[in-house]
Amino acid sequence: MTNLLIALVVFLTIAAMVQLVRVNELLSEITNKDTNEVTDEDNNQNGILFIIIGFGFLAFVIWQMITWDHLLLPPASSVHGAEIDGLMQVSMTLILVVFFALTPMLFYFAYKYRGKKENTAYFFAHNNRLEVAWTVIPTIVLTALIIYGLRTWDRAMNPDVSDATVIEVYSKQFDWTARYSGADNILGDANFRLVEGRNTLGVDINDEKAADDIVVREVHLPVNKPVLLKFRSRDVIHSAFLPHFRVQMNCVPGLSTQFAFTPTKTTAEMKENEGEDFEYVLLCNKICGSAHFNMQMKFVVESEEDYNKWINSQKTVQNTLTLK
Amino acid sequence: MSDHHHKETFITKYIFSTDHKMIAKQFLITGMFMALVGMLMSAVFRVQLANPGEYSVLYNLLPGGWISEDGALNPDKYLALVTMHGTILVFWVLTAGLSGTFANFLIPLQIGARDMASGFINMLSYWFFFIATVILMSSIYVEGGPASSGWTIYPPLSALPEAIPGSGTGMTLWLLSITLFVVGSLLGGLNYIVTILNLRTKGMSMQRMPLTCWALFVTAILGVLSFPVLLSCGLLLLFDRSFGTSFYLSDIIINGEALHYAGGSPILFEHLFWFLGHPEVYIILLPALGIVSEVIAVNSRKPIFGYKAMVGAILLIAFLSFIVWGHHMFMTGMNPFLGSVFTFTTLLIAIPSAVKVFNWLATLWRANIRFTPAMLFAIGTVSAFITGGLTGLILGDSALDINVHDTYFVVGHFHIVMGLSAIYGMYAGVYHWFPKMYGKMMNKTLGYMHFWTTFICAYGVFFPMHFLGLAGLPRRYYTNSSFPMFDGLSDINEIITFFALAGAVAQAIFIFNFVYSIFKGTKASKNPWKANTLEWTTPVERIHGNWPGELPVVTRWAYDYSKPGAEEDYIPQNVPLKEGEEEH
Repeated sequence: MTNLLIALVVFLTIAAMVQLVRVNELLSEITNKDTNEVTDEDNNQNGILFIIIGFGFLAFVIWQMITWDHLLLPPASSVHGAEIDGLMQVSMTLILVVFFALTPMLFYFAYKYRGKKENTAYFFAHNNRLEVAWTVIPTIVLTALIIYGLRTWDRAMNPDVSDATVIEVYSKQFDWTARYSGADNILGDANFRLVEGRNTLGVDINDEKAADDIVVREVHLPVNKPVLLKFRSRDVIHSAFLPHFRVQMNCVPGLSTQFAFTPTKTTAEMKENEGEDFEYVLLCNKICGSAHFNMQMKFVVESEEDYNKWINSQKTVQNTLTLK
Repeated sequence: MSDHHHKETFITKYIFSTDHKMIAKQFLITGMFMALVGMLMSAVFRVQLANPGEYSVLYNLLPGGWISEDGALNPDKYLALVTMHGTILVFWVLTAGLSGTFANFLIPLQIGARDMASGFINMLSYWFFFIATVILMSSIYVEGGPASSGWTIYPPLSALPEAIPGSGTGMTLWLLSITLFVVGSLLGGLNYIVTILNLRTKGMSMQRMPLTCWALFVTAILGVLSFPVLLSCGLLLLFDRSFGTSFYLSDIIINGEALHYAGGSPILFEHLFWFLGHPEVYIILLPALGIVSEVIAVNSRKPIFGYKAMVGAILLIAFLSFIVWGHHMFMTGMNPFLGSVFTFTTLLIAIPSAVKVFNWLATLWRANIRFTPAMLFAIGTVSAFITGGLTGLILGDSALDINVHDTYFVVGHFHIVMGLSAIYGMYAGVYHWFPKMYGKMMNKTLGYMHFWTTFICAYGVFFPMHFLGLAGLPRRYYTNSSFPMFDGLSDINEIITFFALAGAVAQAIFIFNFVYSIFKGTKASKNPWKANTLEWTTPVERIHGNWPGELPVVTRWAYDYSKPGAEEDYIPQNVPLKEGEEEH
């Protein structure tokens, strides 16, 4: 039935368009004018539409910025994230200024210089001064932006990790596992060939550095302490994305990657501002298969005491896997 | 090459034609068909995103086995749709459909040649493309479905059928299809380059070439230099899949079983892929920008402002496009210093892009604009190029990319700057050159309706996506309902889907206008837009060889519009300079 209705609608639409075009053609026969020639009337109408719809588009943009502002990510919960937010604000302001200058100019020119039969355009083929100006000015602005961007990037990528807690984040279709490096703060060796039974990460149980490692399905972090995440993947490329911390890194099979950051706000603090339901979450951000959209792990940021209490209650590899 | 219109049978005229004009139409119509398929796919997955897990009548379009028992789209098949949509739009519509159509149609006509350097190779280029199309379409119906690992087909996902069903036969066919596609576009590209370098008519120096030809020329060079890399990249993937090599694979366990692969790197694939992939963006964009420059000049009745700067900007963008591919890979764990280099080169592209925008604005300034449907779309392109280009300053900046990488912010960005700009440019080209292609006029009123509905709907679809991205929503999610943090975003998704469906319906106006005008449109005159370029000096009736007598001789550039002292507001390129007249 629905298919029939759809077919009917399609048919009627085509019929309507044929009629419209026919009317047009008959009109042209009566008035003896080519209806497809663009008239001053057409120029007027389209010029005015550029004002109405063009500026309507700008109004739509402003409406979105106001209405959806509360949906955007809250300010960063990490040290480097705050710097990235600063760069973001500067860049966003810059592009909005340029957008709100050039777009109205384009639509206004379209309206203002709409054609009239008696007018002639102004022959203006080039002007070296103007051209130099609008090459040099963007160059200067971009130079500043590039320098600012690269400094931010450099600091975000090269933090001091000498006293960072080392945690491995391990990905597979379609879940995450984490491994704390334990009291020695060194991750024991692991190899994908050792994955077997309960040893889901392939930890080398003969490596003594592995004995104190702790395998968990939920990550807790002490606030204001640097943490170094090391990523591994078991099957395909995944991407560890922690939007609230401004952290993202691909997890690549056969390759070890890492990202260090310092969380600055506890989950409890975030709940106060963002609502009771708030949780830090790790998402997968690289297409990885059918349940890609549901690959998540909870992150909790808490005070050092709470963190210590939690980590001490977890079982080490020594306790969970049989050692030889 | 014969000067005369030789006898043609149905087969040599319409099927195995060696006439560049007919081949252009073959590319155009195949491209339009694929655009329709790609658009319907997006309509289907947009419905899923707005109403996750619910049944829709649109699902009737899908082959059997794609719908789960409860009537919803399968997550695997959602990814298949996204992958095929990307593949079709990027390669089939905006590479072959755009370059294939306009390079074929315009290069010989605008430089004053009787045909391409090799008509036979040109024909082969279309037929390779055609076979590639058939294989790609057939892959939709094989067991496991078509390729589903995203149009970027990153291994290991694309290499292992155990990881996603689409990486079985569907992926093999994808690789086969893209191989034939690359062969076809290389044959075409070499032909375009040779034709422009060797067959320009007397007086048509490079400095007098219309900007369309410059853009198509540079595009062809980009294609010839970068597509072979995609070919080798795909071949190595084929080896990994079929012959057990380890170019891209290492340390993998799938279904609880450790695979033998050792020492390969998926990052190598990404480097090879994006070495094509980024120039590809400009292979898509530059022809559209060339078309737009031409259409704006003709309908502003003014010379294009800063012709030399426009050519320089095209060359600079093309050069830079080869050294920025790493900005797609900031988050792969590559050396942060390398990231810095790619940030630097990427942001530099903003300079020639800004110059182009300012030059278009200067062309419109004090113009006498005639709003043909083509002109509306050309202005639409400039608008999209501004809107979408600016967000590139966010994505190209590695520090900012950390948080918007692979989110909907990217989807919004590239659909506007590359998708919309190029599609609008393509529409501008079709409306503008339709009279030359078919000897008929397209209906003006339907053209206006088509532009305004498309313009409104397109921004309604793609602008809100920036907000989804800034809220942290990753792309390629089957639904965003598994994360409470995205619960507030369903309104935005519904708005996007509404505009997407309305915009899809609006394209029916164009298809109707196109088909109707071919058969019943009013007859076109020789030069309906009063334009200067050489194609408008050819007769309305199509002949193989383009000009009935001698080839035209060029004496001036293509942009003498509203030149002071001239009787009319245009002077075609073959009109000799008057005594004492200076060349612009």
